[in-house]
Amino acid sequence: MPNILVVEDSPTMRQLISFAMKRIANSKVVEATDGVDALKKLSSEKIDLILADINMPVMDGLKLVSLVRGNSAYKSIPIIIITTEGAEEDKKKAIAIGANAYLPKPIQTQELIKLVNSIIGG
Amino acid sequence: MEREINITKKADEFLQIFKKGEEFTQELLKENEKLRFRLAQLEDAIERSGDEAKIKLYEDRIKTTEEELNSLKERYRQVEEENKDFAVKYIEVEEENNNLANLYVASYQLHSTLDFNEVLRIVLEIVINLIGAEKFAVLLIEEKTNELVPVATEGMSIANVPKVKFGEGIIGTVAKEGESYFSEHIHNRSNGSEEEPIVGIPLKIKEHVIGVIAIYSLLAQKEKFSNIDYELFNLLAGHAATAIFSSRLYTQSERKLTTIQSFLDLLKEKPRR
Repeated sequence: MPNILVVEDSPTMRQLISFAMKRIANSKVVEATDGVDALKKLSSEKIDLILADINMPVMDGLKLVSLVRGNSAYKSIPIIIITTEGAEEDKKKAIAIGANAYLPKPIQTQELIKLVNSIIGG
Repeated sequence: MEREINITKKADEFLQIFKKGEEFTQELLKENEKLRFRLAQLEDAIERSGDEAKIKLYEDRIKTTEEELNSLKERYRQVEEENKDFAVKYIEVEEENNNLANLYVASYQLHSTLDFNEVLRIVLEIVINLIGAEKFAVLLIEEKTNELVPVATEGMSIANVPKVKFGEGIIGTVAKEGESYFSEHIHNRSNGSEEEPIVGIPLKIKEHVIGVIAIYSLLAQKEKFSNIDYELFNLLAGHAATAIFSSRLYTQSERKLTTIQSFLDLLKEKPRR
């Protein structure tokens, strides 16, 4: 039963991504509104995958990725970045600091589900 | 002497009879041989005719089996075709499900609050995240001046979006006619000017237009509009308009209520003095 952490400040996108993730068999979705909230959720829940936006208040997605990768307890958790930043250099930067995949918005739900399944082995 | 002649005669007769018996026996043996040969031929013929019957039977069976095999192959081909059709339909249903989920979420969010600013924020979120617009503005009609006034923007300063006269330019025409506008050159207009949007969506409550969403450029990765984008535009045209209108009314009534309440409180306080 994969626990998926959706980190997104936009309630619309958060709900949309959570909706899509709940369609993955036996998955449980945990929601966070920014990087700090995500770290709190990581400390209280066992998380198997993180889906994070980049542009968020309090702590952005890139900072979250670097903190997760620097923490021995969480560093093996796969991270998918979902963002409006579609430039190739943004993607390279995110991958360089430890993101496993990069999906520019607007997302195609089927594409996201396929990507998540390929990462968590669904 | 006569007796001897008689005996000799009888012996000759006996010999003749014996010879005839021998000849008859020889004939019988020959006939028997012929019959044996004939019998062997008949047995052989019967045996051969049995093989032919078996061969015919086997040939019939092979023919039937081949026909069944061809029929099964045809059925298999049909089932494969049906499978392909089902796979295509499954993908279509999945896509439809996802599109409906997008529309549901957008609609749910639009009607989740009565706060005017919150509704505007949700409209911006939908246009950025679900449609993939980079620079856009929400303009509402000001009844007194008959102008479209920007109330929210993304990717551009609100000060850079000019007010538009009802019926003038692309935005004014969209507001007047209540029909969406889509430029033919959405790809080459990444730096669209604030005067000429690439998309204009009227915000309509039934046939009454209350404003326009004007999109000036799309995110670099957004190459074209898909069916779901047009569905979202339709949804925004109706639901965003209703949400904006009702939240504005609610905010205004709240403000009036607060004013009246303050006035009443003031009146109540007066007699005490």
